[in-house]
Amino acid sequence: MDKPTNTGATSPLLDGYAPTQGVADELFDRDGKMRPVWHAFVETLSNLSEDELRGKFERGRQYLRDAGVYFRQYSEDPLIEREWPLANIPVLLHEDEWAHICSGLSQRADLLERVMADLYGPASLLSGGHLPPRLITESTHWKRPMVGVQPRGGHYLHFLAFELGRSPDGSWLVLGDRTQAPSGAGFALENRIAMRRVFPEDYPRAYTHRLAGFFESFRDALQRLATDNRSEPHQFGLLTPGRANDAFFEHLYIARYLGLLLLEGEDILVQNGQAMVRTIEGPVPLGLLWRRIDASFSDPLEFNPESRIGVPGLMDAVRCGNLAMVNALGSGILETRALMAFLPSISEGLTGRGLDLPNIATWWCGDDAARAYVRDNAHRMIIAPAQSNDLPFDSHSETVRGAEPEIVGLLDNPAPDLVGQEAVSLSTTPAWTETEDGPRLTPCPMTIRVFAARTEHGWSFMKGGYARIGPPGDATGLAMQRGGSVSDVLIISDKRVPEPTVPQSRPDATGHRSVRTEAVALPARAADNLFWLGRYVTRFEDAARLLRAYNLRLATTDSDDDPILSEIEAFLDPVGIDVRDAIPSGLVDRLQAAHTCAARIRDRFSTDAWFALNDLSKTVSQMQETARPGDDAARAMSVLLRKTAGFSGVVIENMYRFYGWRFLNIGRSMERCDTLAAVLQVFADPDAPEGALDIALEVADGAMAHRRRYALEPTRDTVVDLVAHDAGNPRSMLFQLRELQGFAEGLPGANRSARPTPMVRELLPLRTQLEVNLPSEITTEALSDFRAALTRMSDRLAEAHLR
Amino acid sequence: MKYDVTLLIDYEYSQPTDHTRNLLRLLPRDVPGQQSIDDWTLALTPLPSEQTWFTDFFGNSVTSTVWHTPIEEVKIALTFRAERHGEAARLLLSSPLDRLPRDLTACRDAGPESPLHFTAPTRRAPLAPEITAFARDVVTPGMSTFEAVQAVGRALHSEMTYSAEATDVDTPPEVAFAARAGVCQDFAHIMIAGLRGIGIPAAYVSGFLRTFPPPGKEKLVGVDAMHAWVRAWVGPELGWVEFDPTNNQNAGQDYIVIGYGRDYDDIAPVRGSMRGAGEQESDQSVDVAVVD
Repeated sequence: MDKPTNTGATSPLLDGYAPTQGVADELFDRDGKMRPVWHAFVETLSNLSEDELRGKFERGRQYLRDAGVYFRQYSEDPLIEREWPLANIPVLLHEDEWAHICSGLSQRADLLERVMADLYGPASLLSGGHLPPRLITESTHWKRPMVGVQPRGGHYLHFLAFELGRSPDGSWLVLGDRTQAPSGAGFALENRIAMRRVFPEDYPRAYTHRLAGFFESFRDALQRLATDNRSEPHQFGLLTPGRANDAFFEHLYIARYLGLLLLEGEDILVQNGQAMVRTIEGPVPLGLLWRRIDASFSDPLEFNPESRIGVPGLMDAVRCGNLAMVNALGSGILETRALMAFLPSISEGLTGRGLDLPNIATWWCGDDAARAYVRDNAHRMIIAPAQSNDLPFDSHSETVRGAEPEIVGLLDNPAPDLVGQEAVSLSTTPAWTETEDGPRLTPCPMTIRVFAARTEHGWSFMKGGYARIGPPGDATGLAMQRGGSVSDVLIISDKRVPEPTVPQSRPDATGHRSVRTEAVALPARAADNLFWLGRYVTRFEDAARLLRAYNLRLATTDSDDDPILSEIEAFLDPVGIDVRDAIPSGLVDRLQAAHTCAARIRDRFSTDAWFALNDLSKTVSQMQETARPGDDAARAMSVLLRKTAGFSGVVIENMYRFYGWRFLNIGRSMERCDTLAAVLQVFADPDAPEGALDIALEVADGAMAHRRRYALEPTRDTVVDLVAHDAGNPRSMLFQLRELQGFAEGLPGANRSARPTPMVRELLPLRTQLEVNLPSEITTEALSDFRAALTRMSDRLAEAHLR
Repeated sequence: MKYDVTLLIDYEYSQPTDHTRNLLRLLPRDVPGQQSIDDWTLALTPLPSEQTWFTDFFGNSVTSTVWHTPIEEVKIALTFRAERHGEAARLLLSSPLDRLPRDLTACRDAGPESPLHFTAPTRRAPLAPEITAFARDVVTPGMSTFEAVQAVGRALHSEMTYSAEATDVDTPPEVAFAARAGVCQDFAHIMIAGLRGIGIPAAYVSGFLRTFPPPGKEKLVGVDAMHAWVRAWVGPELGWVEFDPTNNQNAGQDYIVIGYGRDYDDIAPVRGSMRGAGEQESDQSVDVAVVD
């Protein structure tokens, strides 16, 4: 290519920007002219200093960190999270070019639907010789239970992604189809929000097509598919493999953004051929699943029996025609690499028309002529297993360069298990690079992912995309297998893009859409996790309070056999907390348990709360390294107590006051009530050593209140009065019971009859006992009965709502 | 030959489990020209909340059962009469082994009887180099595919020891083969892996054996429980043949087929799931009596 001859905008950042010979570039066309769509953007860049730009990029990264966007790769530790690798420069495409791409992809999507319908129907593509049958019959993605099953709603495919690259002549090529459970749409949305923080300038912002409309119309389509032709409302949700999956954040984000139920396999059961969500109100019918879990793992009874993340009977619900799936089980077969060798001729055969937008040239090596061609041209091929369903540039792709001698050797004999594909040179796009001479834009290879959703009016395309950008130098992009960065794809209009005229429900800073008002069921698992989150956090807090009392005492005594120290030790030892450690592992376990519960229901509380909990965990780990028993540990406990109060405050104050909030609070109150009873049992026992009552007051945070109310040294009666009977003391058993009753009476079904629910029936006698009896009647034995009744109350709650 | 068959299976769950769902593949299918089934009853105790029937891809009969309330135990009682038809005289015209790849390439059938479903490795019958090598060593040039199938089955029979203790239901075939011991399920999976390894389509057969042998013959191995053997495709002329490596013979008049699959997963007698983490124990008895 000639040296770029710039027609207007320029920037020192472009010094030395030199696309490789014979490779298309996004910024400059083949004649070396800057593509018009970039002019104004380059001008925007050139008006900013390097430091201003760095500051803007940092704003984008900060947003992503604040929003909790992270990237997770399957690795030895599946829970490692990394910073989201956002490239700082977006990819700009003109709307006309985009329209051309979408028109081609629309044809392709229809073709894929027809292929799918044939492979799970008459299989005439196989019998008619259009596809080698063993490509299908030997694939693990062709799901035999789906053969002959009509998809609810009439279509197999509803949400697709296409990986595209621009070839050297400037035209676009499909590099791969994602049909099973395409990911990336949520990440594209996040990239867009971040990019708007980086470049809030009028250009490109006001000239960029928006993404929200695509999601709105797809959500409407899902709702229609779930509820149409039904006599009663049906739920719909997103089925996730869970938080160990590399795209879990995206599932969380999409569920929040669209107001969908985020479901795991155990949330669903199938009864009489109908899928149901287990909710706190019992099973409610489920009409549609947007699945982000591979078909093989979706139902252990009909697919992989080892799956623990599926729904037993899911296939039954599909077979009965009661459950719509996005996309149909078995759609993974369309991702078979070798299929691309046949799609062009299948298109001709089925529709009489070739592909408007070609896919990457592909040869199936089970055909002798094709194999000979691949072998003779191996130096410009990439080779992969014919059955492979990954994308050539994915980090775990089995794709290799054809030039390797051992690969070419495989092609001397029929090789039906291999495909060759043209090693296309991908176009390059400007990427921000820090060099010795300062920052520069350098051309790096890229692919873009385009998303399509089926709506009432046919295929609708996200007006934007998700770009992957590889390291400079390797035009085939195979180096992306080792990672790269991602960017936003802006579809640019010549005119300003009008703001949406219809008042749209806009997500708030955490992605929640508040305008959506239809009641969404609360899955029992979510309620269970909220309940236990409440219990564990309180359990952690109460233990920290006792440990603080222990360590304060330790700091002021030199006697190893101090009876109070032994008493606290004897209290905590049976629950797995060794007081001799400054930060006992039993304490950390309680926090970890809370964290685990919270992680499973992150879609239900704010990002702020999540960060507060993470901060608490981080603080505890640091303290484990440094804290020493005595004063130091006591101070550490004070810090932890303050941070816990912070977390509880953020959660309780900011959570929408619906059922979920009640379960969290029931967990807290129940746990607190139990701790107080346990503490009185031991530290207010008539045989307890001198000074034990002070410990009871310390745990109940009641020393000050006691001084004010009784103006005398604590006795058993005054302490029991304050900690058990005093309804004005938030750390009394009676106060907590009244709270509990209030929360319980707001649960679904509580007003169904005039009679109290089983849980409240367990509660009422306890409440009366505390209201009527004298402190002297609340004996150690009575406290033990009281705690047993609390356990029964928890069981009643679980029976009614949590299974 | 006619048989009256009784199968009793007893499942005990260590903890009562909520929402138990099972797929049963117990009732033998009709196999045209080979066997027909009559007068069957299937009784489940306690009575399931749901009981439905469907036919799976391969044509096997499947009973889906669901209990909505917790159960501690399931008793299954199946009785039926089976008629095993006389073997129609078939020309033993199987393809020469070296012609089989071309036969398979020419096949464009994706229906349930197509050999193309049975060529690829599966979860329970994966390709294992040692097993493939063993099968390859047994066949000699010029063998017909049918001869090759029998040769592999016979060699396996003499190589392996029948032992109920050596393996369990989840032992991979390469492990059972390395130990040279196992039960009918292991024999079948090893033979399937070996046949597929040398290019012969092979299927897993679940079924029953007659309890008492004809006069003068020895009692077969595996009569006290459900049995498993192998079905292999030997070319377009002869189609499918069945061989029992555990008893070293073609599966003929003494055998009643329940159904066919690519491996045990496709045709497991009971495939179940329970909610909860309980253990389960099962017990079964089989009686296959000749009807005079």
